[in-house]
Amino acid sequence: MSASLEATTREVCAACGRDRTRLMDIVRTLQERLGYIGGDTAAALARELGIHRVEVESMVSFYAFLSHRPQGRIVIRLCNDYLDRMLGADEVAAAFEAELGIRFGQTTPDGAITLQHVPCIGMCDQGPAALVNDVVVTELSSDAARRIVRELRKHGDPARLVTRLGDGNNAHPLVRAMVNNNIRRRGPVIFSPMVRGEAIRKALAITPAEVIRAVKTARLRGRGGAGFPTGMKWEFARAAAGEPKYVVCNADEGEPGTFKDRVILTELPDRVFAGMTIAGYAIGAAEGVLYLRGEYAYLRKYLEDVLARRRADGLLGQQICGRSDFSFDIRIQMGAGAYVCGEETALLSSCEGLRGDPKNRPPFPAQKGLFGRPTVVNNVETLACVTKILEEGPATFCELGSQGSPGTKVLSISGDCRSPGVFEVPFGIKLSEVLALAGGEDALAVQVGGASGQMVAREEFDRTICYDDLATGGSIMVFGPDRNVLEIAESFLDFFIEESCGYCTPCRVGNVLLKERLHRINAGQGESADLDYLQDLAQTVKTMSRCGLGQTSANPVLTTLKNFRVTYNALVRKRTNGLVPAFDLAAAVGAAEALVGRKSEHAHA
Amino acid sequence: MSQNGKPKVATTSLAGCFGCHMSLLDIDDRILKLVELVDFDKSPVDDIKEFTGRCAVGLIEGGCCNEENVRVLRDFRAHCDILIAVGDCATMGGIPALRNNIPLQECYDEAYRNGPTVYNPSGRIPDDPELPLLLNRVYPIQEVVKIDYFLPGCPPPADTLWAALTALLGNQPVQLPYGLLKYD
Repeated sequence: MSASLEATTREVCAACGRDRTRLMDIVRTLQERLGYIGGDTAAALARELGIHRVEVESMVSFYAFLSHRPQGRIVIRLCNDYLDRMLGADEVAAAFEAELGIRFGQTTPDGAITLQHVPCIGMCDQGPAALVNDVVVTELSSDAARRIVRELRKHGDPARLVTRLGDGNNAHPLVRAMVNNNIRRRGPVIFSPMVRGEAIRKALAITPAEVIRAVKTARLRGRGGAGFPTGMKWEFARAAAGEPKYVVCNADEGEPGTFKDRVILTELPDRVFAGMTIAGYAIGAAEGVLYLRGEYAYLRKYLEDVLARRRADGLLGQQICGRSDFSFDIRIQMGAGAYVCGEETALLSSCEGLRGDPKNRPPFPAQKGLFGRPTVVNNVETLACVTKILEEGPATFCELGSQGSPGTKVLSISGDCRSPGVFEVPFGIKLSEVLALAGGEDALAVQVGGASGQMVAREEFDRTICYDDLATGGSIMVFGPDRNVLEIAESFLDFFIEESCGYCTPCRVGNVLLKERLHRINAGQGESADLDYLQDLAQTVKTMSRCGLGQTSANPVLTTLKNFRVTYNALVRKRTNGLVPAFDLAAAVGAAEALVGRKSEHAHA
Repeated sequence: MSQNGKPKVATTSLAGCFGCHMSLLDIDDRILKLVELVDFDKSPVDDIKEFTGRCAVGLIEGGCCNEENVRVLRDFRAHCDILIAVGDCATMGGIPALRNNIPLQECYDEAYRNGPTVYNPSGRIPDDPELPLLLNRVYPIQEVVKIDYFLPGCPPPADTLWAALTALLGNQPVQLPYGLLKYD
């Protein structure tokens, strides 16, 4: 073991107070410094923190952005979700491979560049997109891919790939990204003008219980997808025994097709941080964590700066607004590429410096959350709503939206439509109206709620966006008349197979079996009994999985079986001879024929 | 159906260890009742090598690891009204399927070239047609033909086999109590 490795490890650990619960930050920093976390690094780290080496290695193996093998100094991560592929990501991938002379998953022989695939990075409205280290490059073409490689070979600086800046704060000196907000519709809640500090001052003028009552009166429900009443969650956390309490903002926006939190954080971070501070006041917490997905690392410096300015202005930190009895501060916890960490208990595991494994619920985080203490976990948009409710009062908020779903919803719309982007609409809006706004009227199908949501057919476009009908965390993917719905469902299953944490069997194994059978049907080798098999297995995965990932991963199958039965029926045949058509003996013995040097007598009979 | 009116049962062990067949023999003296109920057709129990007629039930032990397994399995499907996957190898591939993560070349090399007990100066892989070609991986049998029932276990206990067989032969639904299907 080299002395310098020891020294680097010690230095990085010391910077995080040799705190085992900050392992995520420590490992991320070491990865940045060393390029990867090899076995000797893991051993040094384990010694330094007094933990087992396997704890370091299991973290490194869990997160997509961490690596136990040497990687290139530059890692190109091309998004390969279905939406990006609709926009030409496959051609871009081929161009990257050709120009670099390597395949995906490989590193150039000179150790300069590694090429990887990555699921949705939240740029579906401006794909194909890729991350070059932390730098986002959007609207790629095969020409752009070749140019990127040549430039990187020349100067080796990903930041110099940004030749044009995006709209709004994407052009901020601390962001400097080519990402665009594409805000197509500003509503009266999230994208309305705000007076900085007003909401906090109004909140501090009343008691914490009254703040919670205001949120309850507004009937605010979680915007991340599950829709739990926010005020009730806060009340549970306030009443729960245990100190200290925590406020966590879930900005691990990983649901494919969702990118509205990115835009909210880019344009209105103050509204989100104010919401966290108000939540801290309401439940009696002094510490907040913004869990920011690793893909949005380019926003980090900017957000740190916003936090610093809030501290300077007395809106964060000690004695907020001069109140000697209220202090609250926020730190940013970076993720490292794991969809499951959007699930609140997995997110908390990740914040504790562990693998992003979900935990059993109950107890719910409001009772036992971060470090076993009462914790409120809210989505970015939910917290932004809180600020608005405190600014203008719950009554104004309730006037918007529908009876069961007050307020507005920020949708991120992508796919086959003329104006992909972010739309703030009142709850209760019809899907057909949403499609008209985005210019996707001729859609064949719309996936509402991301990969884990539901595939809605044309006949049901008059359904409404709200908690009681089409619930969504914001993702609306539009698929035009030429798209193959079952192929899309298959690609969603690929995503879940990749992102399953592997803890429970229904999710780890079930999704693979679903994908295999769906693929068989798609390849024209299915039979009618396969549909019953899919239905049964999907139901098992849904009911038996441990966390929200597995409980929703079968939805692409279940909802297409329900809404696109005709498509399935047209593909399956009735079996008469008892043989499984998907089994091809000639293909199965091909490898052995080549090795042994004789032809099979059965396969070619 | 035999000439004496009794339904016929056939059994085979594909890529299995014959443990499931041993478990069948574990029904002890009930085997006398069984031969009153049924005649055995193609089966290692009576050493009949090929089917002599239509069978009511076929019991399959083991998955498919080579082309011969596939031929036999398809033959069973063609001759039996009901096929039962007996044991974990038939149902999931089991122990033989551990090779599924090892390249086929390495499997052949281990068996015929580099294995510690192999003497093969020519280094050739035997190409005698008597030796069935391996499949690229081991397949559970329901990936090859339609299977009607699955009896899990390694092996399924004699009581489980007995309960399933007598139910099927008596035209009763196969409803096995939890105790016959749990293995912990």
